[in-house]
Amino acid sequence: MIVWKFAHILVLVVSSFCLLSCQKRTHAVDFIFLNGAEPQTIDPATLTGQLEGRIAKALFEGLYNYSPDGKVVPGVADSHTVSEDGLNYTFTIRQGVSWSNGEPVTAHDFEASWRRVLEPLTASKYAEILYFIDQAEAYNKGEINDFSLVGCKALDANTFQVRLHTPAAYFLELTAFSTYLPVHIQSVEKYGDAWIKPQHLICNGPFKMKNWFINDKIELEKNEHYWNKNTVRFNRIDALAVNSASTAINMYLTGQVDLILDKNLVPGMLMADLRQRHDIHIYDYLATFFLRFNVTRPHLKDPRVRKALALSVDKQEIVERITRGGEKAAHTLCPPGIPGYPLPEGLNHDPVQARELFAEAGYPDGKGFPRTEILFNKSELNEQIAVEVQSMWKKQLGIDVELRTQEWANYLYSMDHLDYDIARSSWIGDYVDPNTFLDCFVTGRGNNRTGWSHKTYDSLLLEASLTTDVNKRAILFQQAEQILVKESVAVLPVYHYVGVVFYDKERLGGFEPNLLAEHPFQHMYWKDSSQ
Amino acid sequence: MISFLIQRFLQSILVILLVVSGTFLLMRLAPGSPFATERKLPPKVEQTLLEKYDLDGNLGNQFLSYWGNLLKGQLGYSTKFEGRSVVEILKQALPKSLLLGFFSLVVALGLGILLGSYAAMNHQSWRDWIAMFLAFAGISLPVFVIAPLVVLLLGMQFRIFPVAGWGTLAHMFLPVLCLGGYYAAYCSRLMRASMLEVLDKSYIRTARSKGLRELYVIYKHAFKNAVLPLVSYSGPLAAHLFTGSMIVEEFFKIPGMGSFFVNGVLNRDVFLVGGSVIVYCTLLLAMNLFVDLLYVALDKRIKLW
Repeated sequence: MIVWKFAHILVLVVSSFCLLSCQKRTHAVDFIFLNGAEPQTIDPATLTGQLEGRIAKALFEGLYNYSPDGKVVPGVADSHTVSEDGLNYTFTIRQGVSWSNGEPVTAHDFEASWRRVLEPLTASKYAEILYFIDQAEAYNKGEINDFSLVGCKALDANTFQVRLHTPAAYFLELTAFSTYLPVHIQSVEKYGDAWIKPQHLICNGPFKMKNWFINDKIELEKNEHYWNKNTVRFNRIDALAVNSASTAINMYLTGQVDLILDKNLVPGMLMADLRQRHDIHIYDYLATFFLRFNVTRPHLKDPRVRKALALSVDKQEIVERITRGGEKAAHTLCPPGIPGYPLPEGLNHDPVQARELFAEAGYPDGKGFPRTEILFNKSELNEQIAVEVQSMWKKQLGIDVELRTQEWANYLYSMDHLDYDIARSSWIGDYVDPNTFLDCFVTGRGNNRTGWSHKTYDSLLLEASLTTDVNKRAILFQQAEQILVKESVAVLPVYHYVGVVFYDKERLGGFEPNLLAEHPFQHMYWKDSSQ
Repeated sequence: MISFLIQRFLQSILVILLVVSGTFLLMRLAPGSPFATERKLPPKVEQTLLEKYDLDGNLGNQFLSYWGNLLKGQLGYSTKFEGRSVVEILKQALPKSLLLGFFSLVVALGLGILLGSYAAMNHQSWRDWIAMFLAFAGISLPVFVIAPLVVLLLGMQFRIFPVAGWGTLAHMFLPVLCLGGYYAAYCSRLMRASMLEVLDKSYIRTARSKGLRELYVIYKHAFKNAVLPLVSYSGPLAAHLFTGSMIVEEFFKIPGMGSFFVNGVLNRDVFLVGGSVIVYCTLLLAMNLFVDLLYVALDKRIKLW
């Protein structure tokens, strides 16, 4: 009897749940996208990740801005001039640009915001990206205290002048980068770290923040004070924090979300099936997966050993059998597609030459090769790749390599302290230029993490940074990259990433694939306006 | 009773003190910086951040500073989520986990008691066999197996419930089913064994011989004693469910405590983990106390004070 009563109640409860679930998603939201994990911050001065950058760029607009195809277009600045030596940029601030509280955006806001990034106490994790500006590095490192010596200055409310210490062909692109975005400095001073909360946030971008529910979603709504508000078609956007790939794809397939932006939100195991869908879009992305060699390890000091290890890895097999997302086998650190930079020749799969080099180095058939480990942070894909590389080295060179997995913080610690032999790594470019990849391996750079130092490499990069001749610059970078991946082999490029997004092309407009995966929301719209 | 409660309160304080201290020390001794990113931070920036959060200097000073703040009632700020205090994060996340945990507990205990009692009442019949088969299936299928199955069936195939998210009652159905259903299987096994033992007692035989109805015997005489082992189990179970399940919360995208705690450990987010541990410990101790009191209420022979 009790069981029957309970069964009745259960049926009643389930039916009411069913009725409740039949409701449509909140109709006030025009567009919902999956942004990956919970943003750590949306403060342009301190954010480091791409997912945080997406929100920041929806809220703040820089001197220049991204178009849907990833090109830079005028933003708060409507024009600029460059001096003949490529060192001085003068930006003219657009008339009628204002913050979301109605106050005008001026050149002084940019000066104050960039100064904030460079202030040592701000502890900006990405201040380095402003080091192209004259004296910026010295100011950030506390070597000078007078900010007037730094090469960025508001000449008046509408004119902002920047002086670089070396020509940087991509500087205009950098002005659209997250760290260069302006912030409402009075809010920062008033509220401290809490200035990014919805109740305090004042912004100048196409959207403003309505709500921020931790680990849930960020609600953005159209900013009525945005200078170009007529081009913004969505009144309300929700950015959902989801970091499980299976959940993401379930939500997309059942129509709970309109767009999956983060490639990590695509389950690798389902890739082969998902690639058959009409709404999956795969395109080149400015990022590379590679292995680092710790050259301070005695047996990895010899370039012949590193070269042999590189030659015996069949990268094509890795992208075809493991990653399966249309990735390209990598022979260089820089990904293809950087305009004006033809990739140099790298190392192809050549086991015969690999064995010869290994024998020359003193390890015929792998005999006597010391115990070596591949370090990687715990992830299914990383593990599969490590196992594959391990088996390739066993087969081609006859060596036994062990695998060592660590959780994220520990793995970073081991890399920073050179407590590894060979480590899995990746790098995402900040701007479309070889420098964003190659500069990491200059002697002493924090991201070098290999112990590798090469005088010719350093001087080639220095020379490239000083030249304004684009052809000569490309040749210098090519020569440097050849040293890095072919002659000295400090790193072993494995594959170039692809961007993977899900959206229905028939419905969503204003979305274009591009190398930097920049997809500004202010240009997106529903093709059927009734949606 | 008052002295018992005071004694338990003091014991609880001591336990929390030890657990929180241990957590802090382990978190700080584990390799890896709370501010590490794939792009290496300049040492000066890292130092500034460590100073900002009072995590610089030697471990002893850090520990004292942490306890100083705790005594002032300050749980600190997340080192991962900028500008977010631990209290603020817990305030947003805990109610969601509590709600999910409460419904899951109701399902676990409700279904467990019913299924277990039903099996015991029909001992060695096909009904017992079916009930225990369900319980075995529940125990054998972990949440990470059940969750995709129910999502596939009820979320994607029939589209009855949303596959993930938070906000309406409907969003809770699948996670509660997975979490509650899983523990219901345990509870039913526990209830069945206990009920069988009680049903074998002489006072139950006496009650039956008096010609009382079977349901009356079960409800009036057997249930109170049979449910005692389940009551003991429900304390830690409640604490566990109330503080969120990482797998369920992650799978169904519920912005609760589960993922904050686990990711907090991975991110070396020392203050957030400390805050979560305090919440977990407090809930666990409170639930155990509640269970002890319930025990006394259910069985007058038990004396705690």
